[in-house]
Amino acid sequence: MDIDRDLLLLMLRRMWMIRNFELKVMEVHAAGEFTGPAHPYIGEEAVAVGACAALEDTDYIAGTHRSHGHPIAKGGRVDKAMAELYGRVDGYCKGKGGSMHLADYSIGILGESGILGSSVPVAVGAALAAHIKGEEFVSLAFFGDGASNQGALHESMNLASVWNLPMIFLCENNQYAVTTSYADTVAVEHVSDRASAYNMPGLLIDGQDAIAMYEATREAVRRARAGEGPTLIEGLTYRYEEHSLGLGRVRRGEYRTEEEIESWRQRDPLVILEGTLISQGIATREECDAINGETVEEVEKATDFARNSPFPEAEDLFEDMWANPIPLP
Amino acid sequence: MAQTVFVEAINQAIAEEMRRDENVFIMGEDIRRAVYGATADLLDEFGGKRVLDTPLSENGFFGAAIGASLVGMRPIVETLTSFMWVGMDQLISQAAKMRYMFGGQATLPVVYRATMFYGGGSAAHHSDRSYPMFMNMPGIKIVVPSNPADMKGLLKAAVRDDDPTIIFEDGTLFGMRGEVPDDADLPQGELVVPFGESKVVREGTDCTIVGIGGAVNHAAAVSDQLAQEGISVEVIDPRTLVPFDKQTVLESVEKTGRLVIADPAHKVCSAASEIASIVAEEGFWSLQAPIQKIASEQVHIPYTPSLEKHVYPDVPKITAAVKRTLES
Repeated sequence: MDIDRDLLLLMLRRMWMIRNFELKVMEVHAAGEFTGPAHPYIGEEAVAVGACAALEDTDYIAGTHRSHGHPIAKGGRVDKAMAELYGRVDGYCKGKGGSMHLADYSIGILGESGILGSSVPVAVGAALAAHIKGEEFVSLAFFGDGASNQGALHESMNLASVWNLPMIFLCENNQYAVTTSYADTVAVEHVSDRASAYNMPGLLIDGQDAIAMYEATREAVRRARAGEGPTLIEGLTYRYEEHSLGLGRVRRGEYRTEEEIESWRQRDPLVILEGTLISQGIATREECDAINGETVEEVEKATDFARNSPFPEAEDLFEDMWANPIPLP
Repeated sequence: MAQTVFVEAINQAIAEEMRRDENVFIMGEDIRRAVYGATADLLDEFGGKRVLDTPLSENGFFGAAIGASLVGMRPIVETLTSFMWVGMDQLISQAAKMRYMFGGQATLPVVYRATMFYGGGSAAHHSDRSYPMFMNMPGIKIVVPSNPADMKGLLKAAVRDDDPTIIFEDGTLFGMRGEVPDDADLPQGELVVPFGESKVVREGTDCTIVGIGGAVNHAAAVSDQLAQEGISVEVIDPRTLVPFDKQTVLESVEKTGRLVIADPAHKVCSAASEIASIVAEEGFWSLQAPIQKIASEQVHIPYTPSLEKHVYPDVPKITAAVKRTLES
């Protein structure tokens, strides 16, 4: 395996960070510590972490509604992410964005979108800027199987292809748009099959395998930087939890079986990555457990940071509307 | 002073801004061959990377302009108001909301030039005057120029502004000739018209008309005609609706006591509605007569000229409205 050990351990750390972050979010959301929808990424960690491991801080990503994992995967701060979920002034967006709108412009995280597919044209624009300016950065858009049916996706893939942009379309196919199976809504067998309509490579990758996701994305990044154009990567993965915390009316037995969920849990992305690292002598069981434990601690500290951060005051309501401010009407 | 046609003023502004700043680029449908005239010769001067013909994908390229602006570019998008519906998700969900939603991290210096081709038999799908809908959505600056000089100066200001801007270009004015000052004659050396500063087009004492876009010129014609009858009509062109310079309007109404608003948009929740409500709230005690809104009738734009001519504000309708205020 031609992957640096430090990078592999960083990938494992970020996957545990996402897992433990989401477990904490589920716990404190159930306890009523903050309100509003939140969409757990548990089960899909290898997709974001594998993809972002192939990017530099100077590359851009755009996320989705189920997007706590994307900023963590790209090296964002869990304390600022947690504080944002708590709606506090020290959150990434000073409490104005919440769970579905994390962003960190200091490391190329252009932000997430609660409107599915809507962040993809925006990500294409970053790639267009690289193309116009002749710069080397690339742009990667995450989207789901559900959003793959949005016109925005198809317009974006066509634009990126005709302009030969340094762009990666990364489909996290977790197989359900809320309760609707992608088999019932996508006309081709795999989302990646759609690449052929836009004259770009379409790769179907095991989304539970972080190393496979990394290698596929690394090749797409290489192509993008070499001026060979966009790539569509489909990571086949699975959402363990329900669509959104607090969406109590969804009973999972009605649209997917316990057997199906269990069969995917048997292919847990953390178990797979740790298995590879241990069997190849890259890390020991103890080292893997230590990484897990350290991320639990970091998430605890992040949660304390969030709880201790103040809420914004009423006068903050009008801040951040404009870059060149204008009088209130 | 040079006599310049409105569409040439647009072209001058784009070319000057592209020369000034290499981060400025333009994209849109059929702009390389300048189908509407405003982008003539840009391809030759600036090359294909900065003058991009797009596929028919408004949602896609409206969004791509946003993304490019987030990472340091200053895109100008050419489109028609009626095609904006196809790209609304990007304009509303992203352009208008990103900065606030991300706590001020996102800066979007993107300009959409949206032409309103109404009044020429283009029928319901090509005649939209949609700026009031965008006034209702915080986060987008809104510009409606009424003459070549303002068109040029406001477009240059829009390119330099760090917020998303939509310039609603009144297509009925594309052939309008007007004085555009030479840069050498200007104290600041170039024509940049700041946002939020109304222009008093005619001074008067009996009634105030606030005009929007092409209706400013109708209002000026009304003022000139009524002057011959001894009626003194002040005409105000707000030039930008977001931000809106309410002070100039309130001061004018304080002087005249009467207000007519001429607005080519549909009457319900129009720019005229908003201006009327501001004056009703903040200038009520100055008023000597009910406010008159002369806006487009609340119907779709019919194709046939015999019907379309009845839709929009025009000189007879505005004249009658001014006289109604004076009868009170």
